[in-house]
Amino acid sequence: MSKVLMKGNEAIAQAAIAAGCNAFFGYPITPQNELIEYMSKYMPDKGAFVQAESELAAINMVYGAAAAGARAMTSSSSPGLALKQEGISYCAGAELPAVIVSVSRGGPGLGGILPAQGDYNQATRGGGNGDYKVIVLAPNGVQEATEMVRKAFYLADTYRNPVIVLADGVIGQMMEPVEINTEALPLIAKPWASDGNLSRGHRNVVNSLFLNPVELEKHNQDLRAKYDLIEEKEVDYELSHDENAEVMFVAYGTPSRIVKAAIENLKAEGINACLFRPKTLYPFPYEALKKAAQGKKFVLCAELSMGQMIQDVRLSLEGSVPAHFYGRAGGMVFEPKELVNAVKDHLGGR
Amino acid sequence: MTVVFKKTKGLTDAPFSYCPGCTHGIIHRLVAECLEELDLLDHSVAIASVGCSVMSYEYFNCDAIQAAHGRAPAVATGVKRVHPEKIVFTYQGDGDLASIGTAEIVQAAHRGENITVIFVNNAIYGMTGGQMAPTTLPNQVTTTSPRGRDVSKTGEPIKMSELMATIPGATYIERVMTADPLSVRKAKRAIKKAFQYQKENKGFSMIEVLSSCNIGWGLSPNDALQYIKNEMASYFPLGVYKDKGV
Ligand SMILES: Cc1ncc(C[n+]2csc(CCOP(=O)(O)OP(=O)(O)O)c2C)c(N)n1
Repeated sequence: MSKVLMKGNEAIAQAAIAAGCNAFFGYPITPQNELIEYMSKYMPDKGAFVQAESELAAINMVYGAAAAGARAMTSSSSPGLALKQEGISYCAGAELPAVIVSVSRGGPGLGGILPAQGDYNQATRGGGNGDYKVIVLAPNGVQEATEMVRKAFYLADTYRNPVIVLADGVIGQMMEPVEINTEALPLIAKPWASDGNLSRGHRNVVNSLFLNPVELEKHNQDLRAKYDLIEEKEVDYELSHDENAEVMFVAYGTPSRIVKAAIENLKAEGINACLFRPKTLYPFPYEALKKAAQGKKFVLCAELSMGQMIQDVRLSLEGSVPAHFYGRAGGMVFEPKELVNAVKDHLGGR
Repeated sequence: MTVVFKKTKGLTDAPFSYCPGCTHGIIHRLVAECLEELDLLDHSVAIASVGCSVMSYEYFNCDAIQAAHGRAPAVATGVKRVHPEKIVFTYQGDGDLASIGTAEIVQAAHRGENITVIFVNNAIYGMTGGQMAPTTLPNQVTTTSPRGRDVSKTGEPIKMSELMATIPGATYIERVMTADPLSVRKAKRAIKKAFQYQKENKGFSMIEVLSSCNIGWGLSPNDALQYIKNEMASYFPLGVYKDKGV
C-alpha cells in the first residue's frame, strides 16, 4: 500500500478499526471531533458505534463492551478526559482492556481548543481513585499515532489494562502522509469475559469490589506485580543526534519535532545537542534517560505546559545532571529559535 | 418428604447480604424466576449497580458485571451493543437511578436500548445508612432529613416512571410493589413481560418496584410492608405508564 494524506484524527480512527476495534463510544469535543465522525461512518456493521450522552457514559460503555470481550475504545480531549477518570479507574480495577485516545488541548477548566501538553499528569497520574496505572503512549506525528493506537490494543489485551494514546491537538488536526497497517491484529483469548455465554460451563463476573481487606490487598499486590512487568518490558524511547552532544533535550509528542529543528540550528552555531524522546510516558524511561544524560552539561525539558514531565525527568536524573525547563502553554507553541536561545542562555551566553 | 417450594435455578447458593425484612430478596427471586422460566439464564448478563444490591453479581446465576454508581445503563449499553442477541439487564436502587444516574437512565431510554431495567425504589439510600433520596416522601425522616423531608428546600419526590414514560424511545414502563402476595405476583408478571419484550427486540423496559427498607425507615418488617402499600403507593401510583409492546 502506498501512503495517503490523512488528518491525524481520521488516521487514528482508521488504524483502530484496522486493529480490530469493534466498539467505539465517544462524545464531541474539539480537537478530536473528526475521530468520532470517522468512527460513525466507517465502523463496520457488526461493530458498535454510540455517540454517548457524556464522556462519563462513553467510558462506562467502554467498560461494559470491554467486559463483554470487545476491543473497545473511546476518544476525547482534556475536559472530557477529566470526566473519564472514574471509568478508567474501574477498568483498571476490573482489569479490562480499553483504549482511550486523548487529543489534548489547553486548560485548566474549559481552557482553549489549541494544542497543549497540560494533560501529562492527567494521563500518567490520572484522577481516578486507587492505586492503579494506565499505560500511556505518546506519538510525535500522524504515522506514529496510527502505529501506537494499534500497539495500544495489543498492550490492552495483553495486560488487561487501560491504555491511553496521548496525542496533542497538532497530531489530531494536521494532515500527513501515512501508511496504515491493515494486517489483522491477532485476537487474544478472553476466557474471563462476561458475554452471556454459559456454555463455557461457569459464570463469569467482572468486578472491582473486594469488601474483604485481605482480598483487596492481594488484588492490589497482583496489580502491582503486573505494573512491575509492564515497567520491565514496555519502556520505549528514542535517542537521536547523540554524537558529541553537550546538551540533551527531553521532549515528547509534537514538540519533539520542533526540538529537532532547534538541534539543526544549534549545530549550525557549533553547539551539539541531542534529543531524548519518551514514547511511553508510563512506563517512563527513567533509567535510559539518566544514562543518556550522563556527561551532558545539562538537560533541557521542553513542553507545551508550565512543567509536568520535568518532574519525571528530575526523578530520572536523581540530581546527576542539571535539569532546566522551557515551556509554552495555552495553545502557544515554541519556535526553534526560542529553544536555541534557551540553550545558549544556559550555556552562559555563548 | 415432598418438596412444596424450590429455590429457582436463577439464584446461586450465595447467602444474601440483605437485612431481614428487606424486599430486595423477593425482587431478586422474581427476576431469577423470570430468567429461569424464559430460559434466559445461559445467555444473560446482569449489571449490578452501587447500593445494597451491589453484590447481586454474586446472586444472579448468570454472567454479571459490577458497574460504577449510576452508570449501569451505560455499561448495559456497552454490553448489549456488542452482543445484541444476549439478554442484558440492570438492577438499580433509587439513589443510583434517580439521583447520580439520571443522565444514564434517561439517555439509555432515549436511545431505545433493548435492555431491561429493574428499578428498586425504597425511598432511601439504604447502603450508606438511610440518607434522603430524590424519592424520599414529603416529611419522611432520614439521616439527612432528620426533621422530615422539607419539600420547600429539597423539592417534591421525583416520579421516575412518569418521567420515563414521556421519553419516546422507551417501550414499556410499569410501577409495581412487593407489599403482599398479590402485589408480588403482579410484580413478577411485569418483570417477566419486560424480559419477554427484550427477547422480542421490542426495546427499553423499566419496571419500578416499590420496595421496603425497614431498617432505614425505622419500622418493623410488617409495618414496612404496610408503609409501601399505604404511603409509598399513594405518592407513587402503581400501574402501566407506557406499553408500546402490545
Ligand atoms: C461515586 C459514588 N458516590 C457515592 C457512593 C456511596 N454509595 C454507595 S451505595 C449509595 C446509595 C445507594 O442507594 P440506592 O441506590 O437507593 O440503593 P439502596 O442501597 O437503597 O438499595 C451511595 C451513595 C459510591 N459508591 N460511589
